[in-house]
Amino acid sequence: MRLIQKVGDWFDLRLQLGAPIRETAEHPVPRETASWFYVFGSAALTVFMLQMVTGILLALIYVPSAGEAWNSLQTLNHGVSLGWFIRALHGWGSNFMLAIVFIHMVQVFLFGAYKFPRELTWIVGVLLLLVTLGMAFTGQVLRFDQDAYWGLGIGASIASRVPVIGPWAVKLMLGGPIIAGATLSRFFALHVFVVPGLLIAFVSVHLLMVLKLGINEWPMPGRIVRRATYMQEYHELTHKQGVPFVPNAVWKDILFSGFILLSIAVCAVYFGPFGPGGQPDPTIIQTAPRPDFFFLWLYALLTFLPPAAETPILLIGPAIGIVVLLALPFVAGEGEKSWKRRPIAVLTILLVAVSLGTLTHLAEHTPWSPVMDAWSSQPIPAEFLQGRTALERHGALVFQAKQCHNCHSLDNKGGQRGPALDAVALRLTEDQLIRQVIQGGGNMPAYGKNLSPAETTALVAFLETLHPANQKPARNASQAMALGTSEVSPR
Amino acid sequence: MNSENGMSRRAALVKLGVLLNSVVGVFLAVPIVRYLLSPVTREKKVGYESWLSLGGLEQFPAGQTRLATYRNPVVNSWDGETGDIACWVRRVDDQTFQVFAINCAHLGCPVRWFAQSNLFMCPCHGGAYYQDGSRASGPPERGLFQYQYKIEDGKLLIKAGEMPTPGQPVASKAGGKTTCA
Repeated sequence: MRLIQKVGDWFDLRLQLGAPIRETAEHPVPRETASWFYVFGSAALTVFMLQMVTGILLALIYVPSAGEAWNSLQTLNHGVSLGWFIRALHGWGSNFMLAIVFIHMVQVFLFGAYKFPRELTWIVGVLLLLVTLGMAFTGQVLRFDQDAYWGLGIGASIASRVPVIGPWAVKLMLGGPIIAGATLSRFFALHVFVVPGLLIAFVSVHLLMVLKLGINEWPMPGRIVRRATYMQEYHELTHKQGVPFVPNAVWKDILFSGFILLSIAVCAVYFGPFGPGGQPDPTIIQTAPRPDFFFLWLYALLTFLPPAAETPILLIGPAIGIVVLLALPFVAGEGEKSWKRRPIAVLTILLVAVSLGTLTHLAEHTPWSPVMDAWSSQPIPAEFLQGRTALERHGALVFQAKQCHNCHSLDNKGGQRGPALDAVALRLTEDQLIRQVIQGGGNMPAYGKNLSPAETTALVAFLETLHPANQKPARNASQAMALGTSEVSPR
Repeated sequence: MNSENGMSRRAALVKLGVLLNSVVGVFLAVPIVRYLLSPVTREKKVGYESWLSLGGLEQFPAGQTRLATYRNPVVNSWDGETGDIACWVRRVDDQTFQVFAINCAHLGCPVRWFAQSNLFMCPCHGGAYYQDGSRASGPPERGLFQYQYKIEDGKLLIKAGEMPTPGQPVASKAGGKTTCA
């Protein structure tokens, strides 16, 4: 022991770091902040370190070349001992890091931590969120498969919509006229050098400010933040009633970080690495590209925005969102910190959470996409065909052969792009059905040029049978009046 | 050390040093910016597009729409299969063609042709197009992008080399959405 002490003293005489480190570790924090609510920032930092280590390990094998990247990922998965595990750790680490960063942000927002004097800590935190999302997007590109390739196409299509400089932005993003080797190389440089560099810089500043300004105290309803008095009040909280960070608070950080690392490892072992999916060969078009989990909400949003509003919302929306986040500490730099006295803050979080959750859920099921193989793989259920006339059955055949089933479901089978047709005859009269099939409308293509009159007649005859047995199909009352009969004869 | 006008020799030398570094910084910034902008400047000098053969006309029966592929004219040896691009060729009649980009006019996903219903459908957000490439339904704001084409020595040639995007559709240079040669 005396030898260790001696070696330690030898280094400390030269480095002179012992005292400042001890001082930092034992700095007093408000008593209530030794809480399980205050562990997310340190957990995010821990996961980031895991990402750096696993990232460097992956770079030992990975080849950032459009022609070879996919093969090198296969080698990592199958040809290198436990390469699959390192890939899985990095992939799951990415998901956990994003999730923890989001939770951390919600926590500091609800605890009013962005208020005076921690405005800049919050602003750097917003930058850290953007940079973390940047890591996720560029990392998804490095998993250079079909999803990555077409995801880049989506990115380029969005970039191209910027007024005036759009076409330039596309070429700068892709590094050339098409998605190819230059594209992967620059995303590799971004993911491995540029964005991590920013991340390290921002994390350092963020952490420095947490130490200099002190951790945000536990918000108490009625304890109002005022610029004139806050520093004095915080000093009393820490120096009169506070506890040393080490060991009173740090054990929860360490335990939680260990739990998160364990969770990542368990997910990595149990679920394995992400992909790669199909080869990034743009001539293989039988693919339905989808982004990774944390961008699914955006994928869904891009479906639902009305075409005319899409470009402005895509280009201006993110800018507004970032400005709102950056402006928050200046607009609400003083006042109540407790979420119990900030109903609008709580409602905002709930609204954002429900919106993102709903959009993500929708993107996992993509009800807006035609089911490309429904017409050939999902037969019409037998009960829709029993006891039907030859004409009606021929109509059912037209329904399959013309791929109506890709967008319309029967008995919950088939696409959900258009409405389910189980009871369409109740909604539309025969004339309306004919019009809808031939002219389309309401987001349905017109089939007039593509169906012969005989096919249309058969198809509509089949659609007219789609109603519950105890309910009559819709009829045109005025037509019955004009014909002088009380009721149009049902088919 | 201070001189009468308030500036010491050392302060002046510091300023000189800062000035020298600023000048060198500007000299270095110019080539760095030009290097970074090369994907844009190259387009102005040489251009990315050129005429490429999609193969003999006999591969494209009249009245049908077929998938064709070509090697992008600007490629590097390490581009691998990403240098191969697909497109849809519709032969309207003997001498009239339409060559559509594979990329959906919404956000660039690969559209698929369904000969039975004569529709192009996009797997991403549900865009659909008629056989002539015009918009049928879904989020796209316009019809499919079209390449210029011409026929030479019994072969179908298209002018290609850039990924078409909503901000720079290939057809915009040709000046129309219908076929042109």
